Amino acid sequence: MIVELGHFALILAFATAIVQMVIPLIGAHKGWPGWMAVAEPAASAQFVLTAASFAALTYAFVTSDFSLQIVVANSHTAKPMLYKVSGVWGNHEGSMLLWVLILALFGAMAAWFGGNLPPSLRARVLGVQAAVGVAFFAFILFTSNPFTRLAVPPFDGKDLNPLLQDPGLAFHPPFLYLGYVGLSLCFSFAVAALIEGRIDAAWGRWVRPWTLLSWLFLSIGIGLGSWWAYYELGWGGFWFWDPVENASFMPWLLAAALLHSAIVVEKRESLKSWTILLAIMAFSFSLIGTFIVRSGVITSVHAFASDPTRGVFILGILALFTGGALTLFAARAGAMQAKGVFGMVSRESALVLNNILLAVAALVVFVGTIWPLVAEMAFGRKLSVGAPFFDMAFTPFMVMLALVLPIGAIIPWKRARLGRAVKQLAPALMLALAVGALVWAMQTGRSALGPVGMFLGTWLVTGAAVDLFTRSGRGAFGARLGRIWRLPRADWGKAVAHSGLGITMMGIAGLTAWEEEDIRVTQLGERFEVGAWGISLDEVNRVQGPNYFSTTGTMTIWKGENALYTLHPEKRTYPVAKMPTTEAAIHNGFWRDIYVVIGDPQDGGGWAVRTYIKPLANWIWAGTIIMALGGLLSLSDRRYRVAAGARKSAPDAVPAE
Amino acid sequence: MKRLILTLCLILTAPMAQAVLPDEILPDPAMESRAREISKDLRCLVCRNESIDDSNAELARDLRLLVRERLVAGDSNDQVVDFVVDRYGEYVLLKPTASGANLVLWIAGPAMLIIALGIGFVYLRGRRRADDSAPQALSDDEAARLKEIMGE
Repeated sequence: MIVELGHFALILAFATAIVQMVIPLIGAHKGWPGWMAVAEPAASAQFVLTAASFAALTYAFVTSDFSLQIVVANSHTAKPMLYKVSGVWGNHEGSMLLWVLILALFGAMAAWFGGNLPPSLRARVLGVQAAVGVAFFAFILFTSNPFTRLAVPPFDGKDLNPLLQDPGLAFHPPFLYLGYVGLSLCFSFAVAALIEGRIDAAWGRWVRPWTLLSWLFLSIGIGLGSWWAYYELGWGGFWFWDPVENASFMPWLLAAALLHSAIVVEKRESLKSWTILLAIMAFSFSLIGTFIVRSGVITSVHAFASDPTRGVFILGILALFTGGALTLFAARAGAMQAKGVFGMVSRESALVLNNILLAVAALVVFVGTIWPLVAEMAFGRKLSVGAPFFDMAFTPFMVMLALVLPIGAIIPWKRARLGRAVKQLAPALMLALAVGALVWAMQTGRSALGPVGMFLGTWLVTGAAVDLFTRSGRGAFGARLGRIWRLPRADWGKAVAHSGLGITMMGIAGLTAWEEEDIRVTQLGERFEVGAWGISLDEVNRVQGPNYFSTTGTMTIWKGENALYTLHPEKRTYPVAKMPTTEAAIHNGFWRDIYVVIGDPQDGGGWAVRTYIKPLANWIWAGTIIMALGGLLSLSDRRYRVAAGARKSAPDAVPAE
Repeated sequence: MKRLILTLCLILTAPMAQAVLPDEILPDPAMESRAREISKDLRCLVCRNESIDDSNAELARDLRLLVRERLVAGDSNDQVVDFVVDRYGEYVLLKPTASGANLVLWIAGPAMLIIALGIGFVYLRGRRRADDSAPQALSDDEAARLKEIMGE
């Protein structure tokens, strides 16, 4: 019953979305206020209906209703509650429902918080947002219905893929989708502005919080996924340049570019058409990502459900929205005149450079991702493009970005002098060079990666600190500190996010350059040395978990004669899904992680054991969290709240025109 | 979801194996590190987008052993890679060669960067030039608004 209500609510939401797409757009075109006003309640209704539908599906998973096809395929009665709930989006149909739920949520938020938008723009934004919704509702209802019943329900389910039964991965998709789908709102704003034919500073201010929000959710989602890969896969890789990872990384890069170029629109009324194009492309890359995951056209480890009909359907959606928006762009972009005037050396130019580097980096990732497909179709060559290519082709862009970032962040708007910026940043540069040189002198391997990474990271972090400090003006140190504290949140957000990038870079460079690995067969109680640590495997036990059996080792980490830590690496077997998994045991430290994995018992006695010393591993995710925190700080800046407050007081202040 | 690769590979290999196994490692550490370097660039053919160095599949293990065999036989790194490519085709290379059409792939990044920098430079020069021209005239709306403000 509840399941049917959920299905029905989904169909109603589809109908509401159609209404929300058609009526407000006509209203905005004709200038009929009543028709435009339909958008807001429709957006709320669409969200409530989709949420009801999602709740119904969650209910089916929680109560293990095995008359539903996807519950059978992805759940089991013995599964812990957290994974029953995360099982809702651990499959193709349910994840698409989550996708439209978030789409409807963003539409509703635009309706609720968009009171300060001109009515015609708001109607158009919500209309375009609903159009995206219509396409995806149709996709779900016609090709991937989560509410399909089975005539003969089985006694129990087939269990969720054990690899997905992990807290990191339970929350990875929702965050990723919040990011992906959040970009749909930027897209809607861009298309609405193109229809409207007007883009000004206010547009930049409206679109930027949504970009920030999507970007920070994407950062968290990507970070969670990579963190999960690190601790779950058993060898501590954190990024694989897999097509689906790239699919989430390209929108992230473009969203980063977009939130920077929107600043130029907001503050200087320049780069308008470029910003619009970026907003369109960022969401298009989200759609491409969806296409890659759902169609199976590019072999990826993540591929969900390789079904040609679904692939074609999504390709149609992609062609319609990207093609439509780009056509509109071609027709209207000429009308957008830039206003701001600025010199060759200025904050504006620096942001243009930032955009060039980020956008080209995203295109490199894109070309690498689709190249196997292009090569096979156009040249008949079957080839692979993997991590070694991307490491080589992508890294230079990030190095260039990091080199110019602190300078670009500190130079003033309109007209700047490079000499002054370099003078201000001299202490940061000295410190960064010193750190780089020290690392170069200390390391044994003599690879350039470590020192360069440390130099860039230090340069970014201290550069951000110098930026904040120079903004405090002159005077006594105490007074300056007070002023730094009272700087706008956006300035803090910028400094914090840029330092986060530096910390992540140091983490990646450190982990890649100085990782130590040891693979061996060890006897129980025997001690061996890896780097500065002694490791011993003390005992191995069989343990039974809620829905798995585990082989759990007890390992001790020694330094000299002192036993420091005890770790429990596991090897699990999930009998229902018939799948083994490895659960590495990690001792997290500030400077390094100690990462141990237990393998198989050997014929000659003893166990295969792998040990890794991973320097600075945690810095990668600490930096990601700091970046997201920076985004959050920036989002809480007063100027966005002031705009929201102005909306509330407006009716009293201006009673009549 | 990298796990899914593992899963696939695991299904293909009945006894659970894990990437490089202790019995594969060569006694000579220098040669072993060369072997690791080579295997990072070779694809596990039955897996999805995974190097033989990371893969658990039986075939990846065979390839790893083959790489080590060739190294022990005295091949250089390039000779080993050529040997594997001769047998399995360029599909095994995770870093495609910069030959023929693949040049596009390799040049795409730098070429786009140069083009983008060029466009950016022209745009920025345009913005600077705009400075020399007279201040922009007010639009009709703005003129009306100014009149309104001045009138009050």
